[in-house]
Amino acid sequence: MKTCYLPAYAIADLIKTRQISAVEVLEETLERVRDVDGRVGQVDASQAQSKEDLSSVHAFTTLADEHARGQAEKIDQMVKAGESPGPLAGVPYTAKDIFTVKGIPATAGSKILSNYVAPYTATAVERMETAGAVMIGKVNLDEFTYGSSSESSALKPVPRNPWDTSRVTGGSSGGSAAAVAAGEGAISLGTDTGGSIRQPAAFCGTVGLKPTYGRVSRYGLIAFGSSLDCPGPLARNVTDAALVLQAIAGEDPRDNTAAVVPVPDYLAELEKDIRGLRIGLSEEFFRVTYFDADTGELKENPIDGEIKDAVLSVAGFLAQLGADIVIDVPLPHSKYGIPTYFVISRVEASSNLLRYDGVKYGFRTDQPFEDLRELYRKTRGAAFGVEPKLRMLMGIYLSAAQFDKGYYQRALKARALIRNDFETIFDPKGNYRLDTLLTPTTPTTAFPIGGVYGDSVLMQYSDQLTVTTNHAGIPGLSIPVGFDKKGLPIGAQFLGPDYSEGLLLRVGRAFEKVTANEEWRNRRPPLLPAND
Amino acid sequence: MTDKISADVFKRLVDLASLELPEGESEYLRKELNNQMVSVEVLESIPIDAETGTAAHGIPYTEMNSPVPREDITRQDPHREDILKQAPELEDGYIVVPDISHEELD
Repeated sequence: MKTCYLPAYAIADLIKTRQISAVEVLEETLERVRDVDGRVGQVDASQAQSKEDLSSVHAFTTLADEHARGQAEKIDQMVKAGESPGPLAGVPYTAKDIFTVKGIPATAGSKILSNYVAPYTATAVERMETAGAVMIGKVNLDEFTYGSSSESSALKPVPRNPWDTSRVTGGSSGGSAAAVAAGEGAISLGTDTGGSIRQPAAFCGTVGLKPTYGRVSRYGLIAFGSSLDCPGPLARNVTDAALVLQAIAGEDPRDNTAAVVPVPDYLAELEKDIRGLRIGLSEEFFRVTYFDADTGELKENPIDGEIKDAVLSVAGFLAQLGADIVIDVPLPHSKYGIPTYFVISRVEASSNLLRYDGVKYGFRTDQPFEDLRELYRKTRGAAFGVEPKLRMLMGIYLSAAQFDKGYYQRALKARALIRNDFETIFDPKGNYRLDTLLTPTTPTTAFPIGGVYGDSVLMQYSDQLTVTTNHAGIPGLSIPVGFDKKGLPIGAQFLGPDYSEGLLLRVGRAFEKVTANEEWRNRRPPLLPAND
Repeated sequence: MTDKISADVFKRLVDLASLELPEGESEYLRKELNNQMVSVEVLESIPIDAETGTAAHGIPYTEMNSPVPREDITRQDPHREDILKQAPELEDGYIVVPDISHEELD
């Protein structure tokens, strides 16, 4: 396994300079998958049971090895012919099973799409192919991306954290984060609606970038919350994330919300120093709200001390590099983040779920039915899990005229207030004039499998530090910054103004460079070979 | 603990969502929805007045970032056969569905 843990840019370079072929890299990666992944996720399969199950990653829902071989061979032919195969030439990657890829199943982690083979390919995947990357398969996720642990997938076994396989990967891009952490592909394409790239990236010790809303086309992305969803990369280092964003970003006539803002050269700025950059810290992000199911109340605690210390340590390193750290930056409407998300994401999801009716594609009930309504009810009742059901029921409750209590209107106003908080701190003429805000990514490190699942409110509050980014539409980059005493990864995130991904990547890269020799950078998930 | 969503309201929601729920699921779902309402109710402190603006997207869409609508020209979708192949039951290019329920109006 010489290449499984190499950066994508190094793999592409080895292939382009003919030191190794794309097919060889692919075979090494597929061997890694065979060694660590265990059973591929399937509908109606059992949860993890055997000793092997409990110590495997289970990232995959579809292993597309034939598809990948075809792509890898094409790359090798291009290299032989002296043609340019692209900046990600031969780099193996996975795609969250929420992206459509023509001829390959797209299940969305749900029984209702378990038999769906996509007739078209998502823009982000098409662009990865143009860049030369090789898609080795689709990876598991929370059902329809609803969740923060990947436990709600109908395709079992659910993914397990490579750092401790008794713990969750995070979600909803859990399969993506786990695959990258386990060397099953250098990169994964994920999506972030409330934190679903950044939170699993933090739990699995990888880099995860949520671009500005509209920076990457949503064409071919099975929709959760259409005003919130953002496709983006997970990788093991910042440079790889920059390379992927470079490949996938940009306008797309097939997505009316894909911004026509030109895509800058993210690599050109990446290595520049960060002297004089203003980096903010906010106390709102060092307090966490949690739901006490016994009393039915929301309570608040200071964040875990290890996580706070890790973030302050990041600030310390960045100060050494000449950045100005600005403390006590106010974001007074942060507390509305999760309540607003309960409203907006559910209303949008309930609308987006109406198309799954057993008529045009996907699962259709095999129970007898008299008429069309019964077909809908039996199909949807049988093939949706509890998370989609919760979302559609809440979405309907909050938006149907007969139940309307003004919450949707209030949520849209809260969204404007949250957005305004960020505009204020990033305003170049304002009091704070921040270039970026540094925060913890998650309230805790990875929790045990089964430890939170079933309590939908407690689970949703896992996203409280990431969700306001989605409401505001701004970009956020989560990077690994160390480990806690249990040996679990800790992530910190950099948030910035609209379309400031280049700056976030530059700051992330600066932190990477200054901590390159820290002991924790050499750690590997225990289930990998020691010399990976 | 709120019980904003009563059993009757819940039943209506299930009907509107076109769901037939398996045995035992209703109580769990209704309990979770009511727990979620504890969080939603935090929004009650947001005033509904004309001055507080709303945002349907975080990012404002202006001339700077918005695509121009395409030309109004009909184009044949190249995926027609692939799309129709997805249907659970197909006949002569039509998707077969059961009787569409209807009511006699007085």
